[in-house]
Amino acid sequence: MNKPIRVVSVFCLVLFMALLVNSTYLMYVRADSLSDDPRNRRIITATFSRERGAILVGKEAIARSVPSDDQYKFQRTYSQPFKYAPVTGYFSWFSQTGVERSQNEVLAGDDSRLFVTRLVDLLSNSDPKGGNVLLTIDAAAQDAAWAGLEALPGDAQGAVVALEPTTGRVLAMASTPTFDPNNFASHDFGAVADLDEQLNNDPREPLINRAIGTTLPPGSTFKLVTAAAAIESGNYDAESMVPGGFRYQLPQSTTTIGNYDDGNCGGRRITMTQALQVSCNVTFLSLANELGTEAMADQAEAFGFNSTSLEDLPGQATSLYPRDMDAPQTAMSGIGQSSVTATPLQMAMVAAAIANGGDVMRPYVVEEVRAPNLSVLDRTDPQSISKAISSSTADELTEMMVATVADGTASPAQIPGMDVAGKTGTAESTGDRPPYAWFVSFAPADDPQVAVAVLVQSSDTSPDEIGGGRLGGPIAKSVMEAVINR
Amino acid sequence: MSQTGSLMGFVHRRRRGAELFLLVLALMVGIGAYAAVGLGVEGVVPADLVGYGGWLTALIVGAHVTVRLVAPYADPVLLPLVAALNGLGLAVLRRLDLTYEANGLDQHTFARQQLIWMTLGVVLFIAALVLLRDHRVLQRFTYTAGLTGILLLILPFLPFIGREINGARIWINVAGFSFQPGEVAKVMLVIAFAGYLVLHRDALALAGRRVVFVDLPRGRDLGPIMAMFGVSMMILVLQNDLGSSLLFFGLFLVMLYVATERPGWLVVGGLLFGAGALAAYTFVGNVQNRFNFWLRPMDYYDQSPGSFQLVEALFGQGWGGLIGRGFGNGFPERVPFAYSDFIVSTIGEELGLTAVMAIILCYGLIVERALRIALISRDGFGKLLAVGLGAIVALQVFVVIGGVTGLIPLTGLTTPFLSYGGSSLVANWVVVALLLRVSDQARRPAPRLEPVDDSGADSESTQVVKLK
Repeated sequence: MNKPIRVVSVFCLVLFMALLVNSTYLMYVRADSLSDDPRNRRIITATFSRERGAILVGKEAIARSVPSDDQYKFQRTYSQPFKYAPVTGYFSWFSQTGVERSQNEVLAGDDSRLFVTRLVDLLSNSDPKGGNVLLTIDAAAQDAAWAGLEALPGDAQGAVVALEPTTGRVLAMASTPTFDPNNFASHDFGAVADLDEQLNNDPREPLINRAIGTTLPPGSTFKLVTAAAAIESGNYDAESMVPGGFRYQLPQSTTTIGNYDDGNCGGRRITMTQALQVSCNVTFLSLANELGTEAMADQAEAFGFNSTSLEDLPGQATSLYPRDMDAPQTAMSGIGQSSVTATPLQMAMVAAAIANGGDVMRPYVVEEVRAPNLSVLDRTDPQSISKAISSSTADELTEMMVATVADGTASPAQIPGMDVAGKTGTAESTGDRPPYAWFVSFAPADDPQVAVAVLVQSSDTSPDEIGGGRLGGPIAKSVMEAVINR
Repeated sequence: MSQTGSLMGFVHRRRRGAELFLLVLALMVGIGAYAAVGLGVEGVVPADLVGYGGWLTALIVGAHVTVRLVAPYADPVLLPLVAALNGLGLAVLRRLDLTYEANGLDQHTFARQQLIWMTLGVVLFIAALVLLRDHRVLQRFTYTAGLTGILLLILPFLPFIGREINGARIWINVAGFSFQPGEVAKVMLVIAFAGYLVLHRDALALAGRRVVFVDLPRGRDLGPIMAMFGVSMMILVLQNDLGSSLLFFGLFLVMLYVATERPGWLVVGGLLFGAGALAAYTFVGNVQNRFNFWLRPMDYYDQSPGSFQLVEALFGQGWGGLIGRGFGNGFPERVPFAYSDFIVSTIGEELGLTAVMAIILCYGLIVERALRIALISRDGFGKLLAVGLGAIVALQVFVVIGGVTGLIPLTGLTTPFLSYGGSSLVANWVVVALLLRVSDQARRPAPRLEPVDDSGADSESTQVVKLK
């Protein structure tokens, strides 16, 4: 009977090998795809019940997990919920947004940079802790940005972005209306689901981070890009004489477009500096028409249009400069109308690039990743993503922008004892809604420390009060002052 | 029969010291896991660790001393393997109890009850070894054992004592205790099969005709296999118990093949099994469901009846990964019946692939030892008994772990020595006792044959020998 016993042995060996191989397949090969299944409540509960790392601004934890006495062990709390909501996002049982999402692996303790920490936790049998994330945000600048938005009259929608021109660090990012992430972090999941539905259906779109998630025609602030393209073409400088006058007739069309105040910009031929100072539509319509779609699109893309560059936050919209515009559209694009759209972040990048001698730096929000014991694991290095303009072009544009603030439409951003460079914008809106008010600026002009873009999408202000940087200018000024005076 | 051992003058060593050393390791597994459960779930070493460890040690030492005294040549690896698995199972049950208790469930004393059952199992193990000095005695009870086995299988259908739990009518309830008679029946049936087959193997083996390289048996010899097939189908249809049905029929096939050395029986059995499986798939909705859940578990997650249990087990094991989450850091309570059929998923989740592989290897070793015992056993009955008992463990482990890890469709069976379940645990301890008894006989030095000077007898026709 021994021969069949040996056969049975081999058969049993095959059975047990199959078990070994299959369990290896299940628990090693297939483990990741099982973890990714949205129905896998273990993953959700485990992440939700972990001592999640803090999100830091300076020394203050704007988001942190505190012990709770229910089954989830920890409750996420936000110390300044509305002010920082666009950056931190929320952390709920169902999902995350903002930095809570982009840095989820670090905060949850799963990131490979936290490997040693995890190993120690494992060996000491203590619960795993998440790493901390230090933001680039400057608390004073954020305070100023948020205070400025809050001070807007009525039910305003707007956003502020401030960048450090030399590095791309995001110093401030505020958006209004916004939401309270504490409500999303609640352990009452039914209430969270209701809140999510309610806010998603809110026509004021409080869940959108307007600083990066809303694209609108940039209006006159885009004249900076047009001017940059003109100077880069080699045919113009700040003192070149350019067309002024009352009206501009679009090519292939009978439509004529006038200037904002129905003026003539100071004459039939004016200097480029003067054109920017008074935000002369005729000048930049004709410049854009002369430069053509290709040159304009190349310049816009060099500043970062048609792509996204901020990697630290989800929910970014792409600022657009379409390459398939016809001649009238291209001319209109010269003053930031037709199909050109931009996020406040993109316009801040334009200002920052001019301030930084033409180098476009990749914007970033995460300064450092820290272990639970606060040792620094990783620090973001500033990274140049393109050379938008030459440094001489940058200098000329800076001078033109300084003149615009000192003696032009952007005067609300003046800071005593300091040269400030700036540009206003007023973009046409649809229907009977008020136009969008834009403001971009940087200061000090000779040694730029901060570049700001302000967008006021709608507010209870009469249309004629919006132009001239009356809404955006003071906000930009207070943010710049907050950075310079720190 | 193989006489190689004595022919070559080879004598097995007793190796009781090795067994003791391995038992110490096994106890470290059991008691260490119990301490780890306390540390992981509650953050403190369990207060009753000394009492618990002492009790476990006493049981194991009792078993070891018995083996030393009454089965000194028994296989030295089996008992430590079983002790380690049983100890780990107790610790995992304790871990589940703590969570069940915290969640306010009524049933949260599985570990305590399992320890009582283990005590009973070890007592029966000792009793079996002490009372049964030669396994061949069992051959006398071939038909008694067979009848008892069938009766035990029928018991759950009797009024008053039979009970249906979770859709399977395999329980009886006597004086407040629930018992699965099928667990005892399988030991009885192995004895019956071994006794029957060793007598009739020649008839089953020699007659038949050859069809395309395969010797098929005669039609009239198909009786036993058809009878066993009928019993298996009855279990499947009436008791709604796919696992046991598969186990009994597979067990019979393996023993039939070993007894007759004819692969033809496997062909016949395989065809019958295929036909039975097809019929079951077509006519029994439950079987169809389980097959579909196995093929596409994720599609049936939210349905009822659905694959929630299996998918949660897969999620848990996937989450456990290579080294597991550690005791207390997983959510094994999400899997219904994590304490019985799905205990391997609990182990996979909290102790990881490493522990699951270790467990599979332990079972593999148990089967290997059983088959080795069958190889060296000197008598046909012992060989068949050892093969049958080994096949029970192999099939049961394959069916249940394969089901829980998604290798084969899920069928309800307990994991030997790990799962909560008194009937299963007690029966498996007796299985080990029988295996040790057969191995003691097999490894014992062959009796020296000394002619006895017996002038009164006819020395031509009879040789009287004295066993020394």
